[in-house]
Amino acid sequence: MEHLYDILNQVDGYIYPNEIALQWGILIVLYPYITGLVAGAFILASLERVFKVKVLRPTYHLALLTALAFLLVAGLPLISHLGHPLRAYEILMTPHFSSAMAIFGFVYLWYLMAVLLLEIWFDYRRDLVIWSQQSTGIKRRIYKILTLGVTDISPKALEWDEKLGYIITVIGVPSAFLLHGYVGFIFGSIKANPWWSTVMMPVIFLLSAMVSGIALVMFMYMVISRIRKVKIDMACLDEIGKFLFLVLILDFTLESLDQVHRIYEAEESFEILHLLVTGKLTYTLLIFQGLMGTVIPLLILGFFRISLPEEKVRKPLYFLASSLVLFGVFFMRWNVVIGGQLFSKSFLGFTSFKLGMVGLEGFWMALFWMILPFMILSLLLWLLPPWKKQLG
Amino acid sequence: MPVQLKTLLPLFALFILLFLIARHFLIPESFGKYGHYRADSMDEIAVLPIHYAGKSVCIECHDTEAEMLESDQHAGLSCEICHGPNAKHADDYDVKEFLVKDGSRIFCGRCHAVNAARKLENVIQVDVVEHHPEKENCTDCHNPHAVWEIKE
Repeated sequence: MEHLYDILNQVDGYIYPNEIALQWGILIVLYPYITGLVAGAFILASLERVFKVKVLRPTYHLALLTALAFLLVAGLPLISHLGHPLRAYEILMTPHFSSAMAIFGFVYLWYLMAVLLLEIWFDYRRDLVIWSQQSTGIKRRIYKILTLGVTDISPKALEWDEKLGYIITVIGVPSAFLLHGYVGFIFGSIKANPWWSTVMMPVIFLLSAMVSGIALVMFMYMVISRIRKVKIDMACLDEIGKFLFLVLILDFTLESLDQVHRIYEAEESFEILHLLVTGKLTYTLLIFQGLMGTVIPLLILGFFRISLPEEKVRKPLYFLASSLVLFGVFFMRWNVVIGGQLFSKSFLGFTSFKLGMVGLEGFWMALFWMILPFMILSLLLWLLPPWKKQLG
Repeated sequence: MPVQLKTLLPLFALFILLFLIARHFLIPESFGKYGHYRADSMDEIAVLPIHYAGKSVCIECHDTEAEMLESDQHAGLSCEICHGPNAKHADDYDVKEFLVKDGSRIFCGRCHAVNAARKLENVIQVDVVEHHPEKENCTDCHNPHAVWEIKE
């Protein structure tokens, strides 16, 4: 009983006993963040392929590989949070329509197997065949396996690659929207929690996913160009900046409208949410997400729409804007996941959350899951370098 | 049919087949017998030790206390909320080591200490430090089974 009195020090007002400790920590913050990056990166890639925005060509393959690298990691924070990796398959073995997470397993599988892997395969098949003939040793063997034995690179076969890849991308666009809209649904459908329960949640999640994914590809493109010591295609960067600006406006307005709606309705939960926003979430919501993650990037990107300064000014500002957006969207997830658990269902009290450094739910663990996709991406870029693809 | 599909379609079919085979072996045998869960888990849960006897069992012997309790503010409480889980005592009257009989200011204060966030109309609140400091325990004056009866 004594330890209960110690814990009660971190509580304000009246809360129920099972609300003292947060069930979902930083790993659950990472999960919608990483999934969002996947969906956003894929949508940027589809702009080039389906909507024929040719100027985005230099980032097309990078966007696809980024989406794959992050998708492979997206589920891992969840599994490490649950702590029983050997049981992870069970959710897929006996799914039930009443389980939102089980259905997510299938949305995820569909997107990974039927969309992303196939699209990349169709896209790279000819290069895989050529590379499997040119390279030696282990790389040659890997390329051979990746061709799946389809080594026909006659014009007719290549035409089929193009056609089938295109169909997959067209299917992929709604799939990517569905994937991340569904993450929003998982939060938005929790009617017991007034901070989460809004029909806007899937839309807001989707738009912030697009924002973060586009910013990530922009960021990666600049970093990789720097490492490879090649010139950045400024027309491409400006075009990404234009889309980022557009989606950021949509995201910002929808999120603001959602809040305006909440404030004007002022339901019974409003008082506690007001205290939450002006108290525990001041830094993460108003400063990190609002000011740094949204307003400053909007001002930078909006300024470029009015007058385009010279290249050496634009480059660092694009870099700054994309980093700030990535930072801000992380805190958007944080405010949803952590914020939604800080207040009591009684609407009369708060608990608090302190992120530990070590441990399975700590900062270092989260950092590991955040670094892993970048390592996978470097491996993918080494194996399937977009810049070595034959122009066709 | 394009060459790509000649490889991909059998590959996907193989993947689905492997999934179905794995699923067959991985699903527990009793799954789905009664509903969307493992039926054997019912027996496993049923053999777990019982900790709470329940009010209806307590009042079979302690009818005097039960009668008092029914007429009072604490009527809605179950005996084991204050006295602790005591299925062992219900099975064997002589096992009393787990019985809680605490009338201290801290114990009663868990519900009745002043807390601005607690609704007054639901729980009566007293300042457990200032309230009759000359007495040590709440039960020196109050009978918890009939809280408005003040002892002399």
